[in-house]
Amino acid sequence: MYTTELQKNPRILPVSTEAAEQTVAFEARVAGDEYIEPKDWMPEAYRKTLVRQISQHAHSEIVGMLPESNWLTRAPSLRRKAILFAKVQDEGGHGLYLYAAAETLGTSRAEMIDALHDGRAKYSTIFNYPTMNWADIGAIGWLVDGAAIMNQVPLQRTSYGPYARAMVRICKEESFHQRQGFDIMLHMAKGTAEQKAMAQDALNRWWWPSLMMFGPPDDNSPNSAQSMRWRIKRETNDEIRQKFIDATVPQAALLGLTLPDPDLKWNDAKGGHDFGAIDWEEFNAVVRGEGPCALERISARRTAWDDGAWVRDAADSYAAKQSSKKAA
Amino acid sequence: MERALYDYLLRRGDDSLILSQRLSEWCGHAPTIEVDLSLANLGLDLLGQATLFLDYAASMNADVHNADALAFHRDAAEFRNCLLVEQPNGDFAQTIVRQFLYSTWQKMLFDRLAFSKDPTVAAIAAKAVKEISYHADLSADWMIRLGGGTDESNRRLKAGVEWMWRLVPELLVADEIDNELITKDIAPDPASFETDFMTKIAEVFAEAGLDVSPLPRNFASGRRGYHSEHLGHLLCTMQYLPRAYPDAQW
Ligand SMILES: [Fe+2]
Ligand SMILES: [Fe+2]
Ligand SMILES: [Fe+2]
Repeated sequence: MYTTELQKNPRILPVSTEAAEQTVAFEARVAGDEYIEPKDWMPEAYRKTLVRQISQHAHSEIVGMLPESNWLTRAPSLRRKAILFAKVQDEGGHGLYLYAAAETLGTSRAEMIDALHDGRAKYSTIFNYPTMNWADIGAIGWLVDGAAIMNQVPLQRTSYGPYARAMVRICKEESFHQRQGFDIMLHMAKGTAEQKAMAQDALNRWWWPSLMMFGPPDDNSPNSAQSMRWRIKRETNDEIRQKFIDATVPQAALLGLTLPDPDLKWNDAKGGHDFGAIDWEEFNAVVRGEGPCALERISARRTAWDDGAWVRDAADSYAAKQSSKKAA
Repeated sequence: MERALYDYLLRRGDDSLILSQRLSEWCGHAPTIEVDLSLANLGLDLLGQATLFLDYAASMNADVHNADALAFHRDAAEFRNCLLVEQPNGDFAQTIVRQFLYSTWQKMLFDRLAFSKDPTVAAIAAKAVKEISYHADLSADWMIRLGGGTDESNRRLKAGVEWMWRLVPELLVADEIDNELITKDIAPDPASFETDFMTKIAEVFAEAGLDVSPLPRNFASGRRGYHSEHLGHLLCTMQYLPRAYPDAQW
């Protein structure tokens, strides 16, 4: 899962001449498509933008386990259960790689998790919607992981080395996630009348929030220009959204399902689909933490963390006792 | 159909299936991401074992199409798992005690089952034994860590043992099904590794700072379909979709 930038850039502070020279050298390296590594000098704002974006991405992987694990205990066959179990486990692994990548920038996992739990850090808006029937698990794999692939493929060439390498590992798994989701949708859409109704219902509910995953439109995305210049981002929100729509329309046709947008139609002149207006007011409300499952998601994360505190303390205390035994 | 073997396959498949279902309840809610991933590893291994045993059972029974039919369309009284695996997760300590006791026993059983005269059983067990070794080691490590961690973790571990201990004797019982298969060299006699099992438990308990209580009288007979109150609720959740939509393919 990918999360687009949801918070404002920190103000960029005036810099000394020495820093100005370093900045010029840095910008040249980035423009030359060199990877920036943890020990390299980097502008403070670049570091902050990356910590914010990578940690948001990590939080999205972890919070994103919740809507899917909601159906893991109710998966309808042993095969589907095994696939979903492995898929949700992968998302946890993605969270781990990403926290590790963000930690190379000098912020600890504990700090990032605190920021998530007290509401300072964001995660992808998409996970604030409920999974109501089994087809939602299909829709998430097909659309949400599908959108994640669209977002993450360009990030394999993002300028920060550890982030780019984490993306390479993650992208390999995302295509399996997308395929298993599409396969669930296919079985539902070609199944009984009830199953087909569930599939259509899931698509109706997940379509627009999926389009919002790419973030605000380019003319209202204040951070995009800087992130593009630093090659943290490699394609704009609207470009990726368009690609996603163009790829998804024929897939929906294959499923025999209707995308819930009466304005959706092929535009020969632009070589892509036109589509209806996205409800950015809804998106903004979800970003503000008002999404339908926002409280459930964050309280589930906090509960898991708080209930697990004694386990982490026990592990730390045991490890400390062992190492002092060794030292003695 | 060989009734004894069929029932034995259900026992093995159901143990793995129900324990996997319990572990899947942790998914997304574990104390750390690393723990979340390791519990998922265990759950996935067990689910794979369950599928193999139940598929084999289904192949012996003309009335049963496949493993899914057994997993999703039997009621509690038809399940043949031991009561230990159906116990609620409780806190992480309770989950770990359940895992340690079961995996330690399962490892010793499967070490022997890998030499079953039934080639399919032998193959499933041989594949599973590597997985189970890891489950037994991982849970033993956590037993020791929790026992020797903090006062709180030690107290919780003891409470977990108190919950699970009464269900250990069931593992050591051999009934007429076992006896028939023991005679045919298809299944091992649990008595043959009872001493090893109790020794291993004593070892890990000692390292974890726990006392080993005498085994109580056995009241459990999950192998004959008499379960705790917990199994019915687990099945309500697990079987909901195939039961609500019996004509659907997923
Ligand atoms: Fe992911
Ligand atoms: Fe994914
Ligand atoms: Fe059959």
